[in-house]
Amino acid sequence: MSRLLIRNGRVLDPSQELDAAVGEREILIEDDRIAALGADLSADGATILDAGGAWIAPGLIDLHTHLREPGEEYKEDLASGGAAAVAGGFTQIACMANTHPVNDDPSVTRYILDRAAKESPAKIRPIAAATRGLEGEVMTEMMALQEAGAVAFSDDGASIMDAGVMRRVLDYSKMARAVVIVHAEDCNLRGSGVVNEGPVSTRLGLPGNPAAAEEVMVARDIRLASLTGARLHIAHVSTAGSVHMIRKAREAGLQVTAEVTPHHLTLTDEETANFDTNTRVAPPLRSRADVEALRHALAEGVIDVIATDHAPHATYEKEVEFTEAPPGMIGLETAVAVSLDLVREGLLSPLEYIRRLSTNPARLLGFEGGGLAVGQPGDVVVIDPERAWTYDPAQGFSKSRNSPWSGHEMTGRVLATVVDGRVVYDLEQ
Amino acid sequence: MIGRDILGIEDLSKEDIETILDTAVRMQEIGTREVKKVPTLRGRTQINLFFEPSTRTQTSFEIAGKRLAADVVNFSVAGSSVSKRETLLDTAKTLDAMDPDVVVVRHKVAGVPHRLAEVLRAPVINAGDGAHEHPSQALLDMLTVREHKKCIEGLTVTIIGDIAHSRVARSNIYGFTKLGAEVRVAGPPTMLPADVESLGVKAYTNLREAIDGADVLMALRIQTERLEGACFPSVREYSATFGLDRAKLHFAKEDAIVMHPGPVNRGVELAHELADHRPSVILDQVRNGVALRMALLYLVAGRGGR
Repeated sequence: MSRLLIRNGRVLDPSQELDAAVGEREILIEDDRIAALGADLSADGATILDAGGAWIAPGLIDLHTHLREPGEEYKEDLASGGAAAVAGGFTQIACMANTHPVNDDPSVTRYILDRAAKESPAKIRPIAAATRGLEGEVMTEMMALQEAGAVAFSDDGASIMDAGVMRRVLDYSKMARAVVIVHAEDCNLRGSGVVNEGPVSTRLGLPGNPAAAEEVMVARDIRLASLTGARLHIAHVSTAGSVHMIRKAREAGLQVTAEVTPHHLTLTDEETANFDTNTRVAPPLRSRADVEALRHALAEGVIDVIATDHAPHATYEKEVEFTEAPPGMIGLETAVAVSLDLVREGLLSPLEYIRRLSTNPARLLGFEGGGLAVGQPGDVVVIDPERAWTYDPAQGFSKSRNSPWSGHEMTGRVLATVVDGRVVYDLEQ
Repeated sequence: MIGRDILGIEDLSKEDIETILDTAVRMQEIGTREVKKVPTLRGRTQINLFFEPSTRTQTSFEIAGKRLAADVVNFSVAGSSVSKRETLLDTAKTLDAMDPDVVVVRHKVAGVPHRLAEVLRAPVINAGDGAHEHPSQALLDMLTVREHKKCIEGLTVTIIGDIAHSRVARSNIYGFTKLGAEVRVAGPPTMLPADVESLGVKAYTNLREAIDGADVLMALRIQTERLEGACFPSVREYSATFGLDRAKLHFAKEDAIVMHPGPVNRGVELAHELADHRPSVILDQVRNGVALRMALLYLVAGRGGR
């Protein structure tokens, strides 16, 4: 039996409302499970992980990544994506279905899980497509996909434009008791838009993508969630108007949840002023007022989860015209430092911060983990919220480097990550 | 301004603009000589890098370079970098390795000259990037207005048409505003960009109000092929509401001038009779274009350059 004792840190466990001062609690993991959480645990025969006064929290969980395998392994694969995840403190990550081939068939789901078990230090949770080929027409075999290991259904990257199809997808998903995750964007209203429509798009002469392109879809899908009683999760919310509708839907008791990315919480459309294609994301970076609304919605709990939308692209794919560059940025290795901004600003306590990165995502998709109670998986992260460092994607674990934070001074870093009782990432080694 | 990139009017100060216009006035004389050439840029290489065909702008830059005795090379590239499986960076590095002294860039996507300028050692002159900026056009427009009105400060300039997709509009808005003019824009709401008044202009959808008391009327070219049915219902309705003719001109100042960056869609933006005669100053614009571009080339690539 292997034993790992994690000590000398501030233990934060939202699942037990626990925020224990440095040294008050220690965590003992035996094999792959948490065996004890208490004071002065016996270190007998155990490996010691000394947190050095930093935060000790349940492993972070990312509900939104693109790992590119199968099909685009030059951008990322399950090994590099998994390594980037644990370097960023994530012990479980859900990956979207827009691979080649699309994860719309149980054989693809099983392929991802088989490869991940061999290659990835993080636990990989595949999200299957909601419609075949992500084409928005014919629903996938949700029962078979779930049986194969799919944890949710999503056509992320595009909306299901046909409301009739969307209604049937939501209806059918209830049988699998599954969550349907939507990328809410009306593609006709978006048109060729690549940056937020407003003063910035007007100044730069780049085609604008109005906030309304997201909001009309959020409105539609909330209505359809109400019609069907299905569980709807809205990915990467980016506008104040969406926040308003989600708040109303939740007040009305609908099973609607939402996530926001670190970049939409911290960056505005002004970032695109130098035409850096690393600032091209879908949905686009929005206005200051939208960013403020998102930060407050996350603090209030109207938005449940921080998710990265980690979207790797090769450097040469981004060194093109702004309108030709594929949307997306990598985020697994910067998520903690970037989103700690909300703790520094006083919008989130450390405990609430961990809740949105671990406990809430676990509950949302019904994963084990997200807490440090005895019997939980031995998934733990050690975070130093004060550690200053300079981000260099070339030194990171992701195969891709498309980050707007390249070269930036960051504050807050993952010191160590433990998956199933094994230290899979240690900053000092 | 030696070595400086000219990427947009937004980045230029009022003093920069005045320096360029004053230099252009000195260049005008060269075009009237029997031998229209001075040795200012002899031994220097000017590359006109055009990703989008533009006979007029390219020819104007070519003549400007040749009158200054530069070796002018036209480098035309069709299609996007993605379609060629070559990145913009590759293109920039390739050109940079040929040691040009100035690179003139036109591209259909906003921001391309800015990205190229980060790599190229030679100064870059933006000859039009998407719907973003077209600084040499705006500067020649300012030069032309200054010729006719002496002073730009205090004038009212109305820009009419597809403001949303127009780099000429944006550059002129920045330029005329910096020189103290009041700028108005007019067009159907489908052709006015979001929050256009954040650029410091007043927006109109009624042409008569927009040109009321104006000193300068600038009609923009409408891309009828691309926009008819999308941004306006028909050419006929567009020309009836926003096309300039003698009757509508009545609302502007008596001595107002009419401008157009060309090529004119006759009978659409401008009535036939307005395109050719006073108060139209369209051919002055073209003539000034060469002098203005000579000034830009001289200022960024002239003496003491790399």
